[in-house]
Amino acid sequence: MAKETMIPIGPYHPLLEEPEFFKFYVEGEKIVDAEVRVGYNHRGVEKISEGKTFDQATFVVERICGICSTSHPFAYVRAVEDISGIVLPERAEYIRTIIGDLERIHSHLLWVGLAGHFIGYNTVFMWAWKYREPVLDMFEIISGNRNHYNMFKVGGVRRDIKETDVPGLLKAIDDVERFCGMLLKAVIDDPVIKARLKNVGILKKEDAIAMGVVGPVARASGIPIDVRKDHPYAAYDRVNFERIVMDGGDVFNKAAIRLLECIESTKIIRQCLKQMPAGPIDAAVREVGVGEGIGQHEAPRGECIHYVRSNGSNYPERHKIRAPSFMNVPSFKLTVIGESIADAALITAAVDPCYCCTERMAIVDRESDRVLLTGEEMVRLSQAKTEKLKQKCLY
Amino acid sequence: MSILEQVKNKFSQLEVNEKNPKRIYLNADNETAKAVVLYLFHDLKARLSTITGLDSRPGVELLYHLAVDSEAKVITVRTLVAKPELLIASVTPEIPAAEWVEREIAEMLGVKFTGHPNLATLLLPDDWPAGVYPLRKQTFESKQELKEIEN
Repeated sequence: MAKETMIPIGPYHPLLEEPEFFKFYVEGEKIVDAEVRVGYNHRGVEKISEGKTFDQATFVVERICGICSTSHPFAYVRAVEDISGIVLPERAEYIRTIIGDLERIHSHLLWVGLAGHFIGYNTVFMWAWKYREPVLDMFEIISGNRNHYNMFKVGGVRRDIKETDVPGLLKAIDDVERFCGMLLKAVIDDPVIKARLKNVGILKKEDAIAMGVVGPVARASGIPIDVRKDHPYAAYDRVNFERIVMDGGDVFNKAAIRLLECIESTKIIRQCLKQMPAGPIDAAVREVGVGEGIGQHEAPRGECIHYVRSNGSNYPERHKIRAPSFMNVPSFKLTVIGESIADAALITAAVDPCYCCTERMAIVDRESDRVLLTGEEMVRLSQAKTEKLKQKCLY
Repeated sequence: MSILEQVKNKFSQLEVNEKNPKRIYLNADNETAKAVVLYLFHDLKARLSTITGLDSRPGVELLYHLAVDSEAKVITVRTLVAKPELLIASVTPEIPAAEWVEREIAEMLGVKFTGHPNLATLLLPDDWPAGVYPLRKQTFESKQELKEIEN
């Protein structure tokens, strides 16, 4: 029997809400088993939130994630509003939609850039992050901060989008739309990218349903779920956009879905800016009331769901948080077994849990604990595979 | 026939609370709750979003949140797992999506899921003391008890 080697990946990556520790067991180049261990950065936010007032908890949940920092406040404020059926002013609904989808663009572009880097297309990395930058600048102009915008509050939003900000916003999303269209064409036409991403890390539809995956991971496996469409909220039922679904379940599909969703997001934002009525942005909520509420939001990575129970005091009695990666990460075991180790970095990244983990990859010989392969080596291996394919395609 | 009506027909003894058209809460005992969750997931194709565990005096309340995407509803099945045994049948053998969710509840609230394939620690550190559940409302009876656990 061939000797099995364990490859640890992780555990620390400071970027995302869920640092993970992957252990791959390989025979030669082939992955035969995988384990995941999470919780290295568990901060007990649910418990902290029980000690904060309903207003303060918004700021706490915003700090759960650095990349999609608006998705948790979005779900949380909706849960609190659900307790006593608070109705929002229309302008606030539109502003929430704009912020939610601007965030989707910047999160997806970040992913596209890193995926490009993993397969050795550093031009994609440079370009994707170049176009992500104006989106972050717009966040700064609107909210005063590039990340952690603190735009949400129970009953509305904290800041208005000023008339003077609109031209800059329109230009930024025009550029993003053009870039995504261009990249999409390049991705679909490029034989190397196709050979590199197609049929890699397939998640079958029945597995996806059983594992309860959400967001782009589910939609790439042919499950047409999108909270924005299925459970309409904010202004999503007042704008036209497509639900992007593909049925391959591989990395190629996941990449294409994220790019197409960026384009849909630009459409949503443009329509919102056009239709947005003038008026108040805050329902001036004085009291939350007794009861329980559930709030959902389609975060860039999928459905984010919060449950809040109030006993009539200023503090939530229980605040349950479920981030989308909590459902998506366990599914990766099904996608990675049987694949080659050169694809591991890419498949792990395709779920979009976090990227920094791959910087910390190291292959350790189980017997002697000697490091055989470092993180850079893993990325280099992945890039070398692309290079090989390139040669084959060109000559 | 709407999904809620189908559930009502099959489980006539359920206590149904329609908070609003989008949020439905069903109260059931432990066995019925599992049967309802499995019926919703397998036969009516609802999606298990998550399970909330909530500590209270008589026991730990479990809320199974099932998203019905075709009807824009979230159906929540509520059941009380009685203290001090805190035993309930796991849904993981039938619904793999619940594996991590139940592991989290087991370590945070001390609910014992019978039939769960792997209840190893998921989020807490490996050296976390046994029998301490961070999301319980009152973890320690006295300072003395806290000291004993710390030692």
